[in-house]
Amino acid sequence: MSTLTALTRRIIPCLDVSDGKVVKGIRFQGHRVVGDIVDLALRYRDEGADELVLYDITASPDGRVVDPRWVTRVARVIDIPWCVAGGIDSVESARRVLYAGADKISVNSPALGRPELVSELAETFGSQCVVAGVDSIRTASGYRVRALTGRPDRTRDTGRDTVAWIRELQTRGAGEIVLNCMDQDGVRQGYDVPQLQEIRRICQVPLIASGGAGSPRHFVDVFQRATVDGALAASVFHDGIIAISDLKQTLQRAGIAVRPLSDPNPEETTR
Amino acid sequence: MKPDVALVDCGGSNINSVRFAFERLGIQPRFTRDWEVIRHSTHVVLPGVGAAGAAMQCLHQSGLAERLGQLAQPVLGICLGMQLLFETSAEDETVCLGVIPARVTALPASDGLSIPHTGWNLNGWNRSLSHDLSQHVPGDFYGYFVHSYAAPPGPWTLATTHHGEAFSSIVAWRNFLGIQFHPERSGDAGQKLLAGFLTLQSAGATS
Repeated sequence: MSTLTALTRRIIPCLDVSDGKVVKGIRFQGHRVVGDIVDLALRYRDEGADELVLYDITASPDGRVVDPRWVTRVARVIDIPWCVAGGIDSVESARRVLYAGADKISVNSPALGRPELVSELAETFGSQCVVAGVDSIRTASGYRVRALTGRPDRTRDTGRDTVAWIRELQTRGAGEIVLNCMDQDGVRQGYDVPQLQEIRRICQVPLIASGGAGSPRHFVDVFQRATVDGALAASVFHDGIIAISDLKQTLQRAGIAVRPLSDPNPEETTR
Repeated sequence: MKPDVALVDCGGSNINSVRFAFERLGIQPRFTRDWEVIRHSTHVVLPGVGAAGAAMQCLHQSGLAERLGQLAQPVLGICLGMQLLFETSAEDETVCLGVIPARVTALPASDGLSIPHTGWNLNGWNRSLSHDLSQHVPGDFYGYFVHSYAAPPGPWTLATTHHGEAFSSIVAWRNFLGIQFHPERSGDAGQKLLAGFLTLQSAGATS
């Protein structure tokens, strides 16, 4: 345990939601249904997930906001933190989702169109519940931010540099950054450690790695080499390729602080 | 007797997560800023998400700021709600409820530690202070934290957590309790603490 903190690294299954079902695509294309939201949320809670992200990937491209009914369905049963993303484009739409029972809201495409949104959300609700999602892709001239990635036919290049955008998001009050490295998404070849290392250097708020998890080794790598606060993944969990309990044992053996499935034995921790 | 829980409305937005946690324990809390309802309930919960300044302003507007400190039944402040129990907070330079004689300060920004302190961290019970609440989760345990400000250790400290420095993660002072992390989002341990709070009686919160 670090003498400064016993804060553990977070394992975060992401449930991509489309039309009220959990889906997963390959490189953001070809979505297929993998299950019911509440069933999967509870399954991951029981298996030891530290947090959940429910991401309505079709809300922004369709110009819709998240349906607060499924938010409340999840909120009633879940007792770990969770975040809702997708189509939140105003203080009012954020308020509906937070009132419905979400702990945090994540903004992505709408913030690219109107960056003041992040400042307004942080001022109204506090930075602690404002997460900024960033979809980043490697180009000849460095990392660039993409918008509307939920629908391949509508995805567009924003012309924004990823590093500059993440600096701006922090200045505006984002309390956490989820960096989704699109080159790696859904292909299970490992997180984009070089890109995450670069962003870690300029990111003072919690940084969550996303895109590319294929094996427990990839999680060890990204925590050890990019010192991210959490690692997000979808298909490896949904497809049963990695069990969260096994993953946490692997991380613990590698010397990475994780929350155990059950709390420490009282006799061992009495001081 | 079944507890009659008042959930104080102090302007925070995700009141439902706390409300649903009590519903999972079979309790329907009353979400209110009515002093008469609060005064006559058996247990009072002061939640709070957002900033200290705005929360105190809201409590002043509803006439509760001067009164909450007089309550004699078990009172539980959660996250910001715990910080409001103290005298002052460095956040917005706010004068708080003044129940616990100390000042809430910003967590230190140090190399390699993210602020806000976000995630699951270990709570170590203060073994020199005995309290009914600690019997419900006997060992040290993890809680889910999201905060940038924290209360210092002191005679009120029931549990301690480290992030850059040691701070009070659970406090007990007279009939007032505070939890810095989110028990409603801390799995089984958090649920047991909330259930334990509901078993406290008006004169039971002694140290």
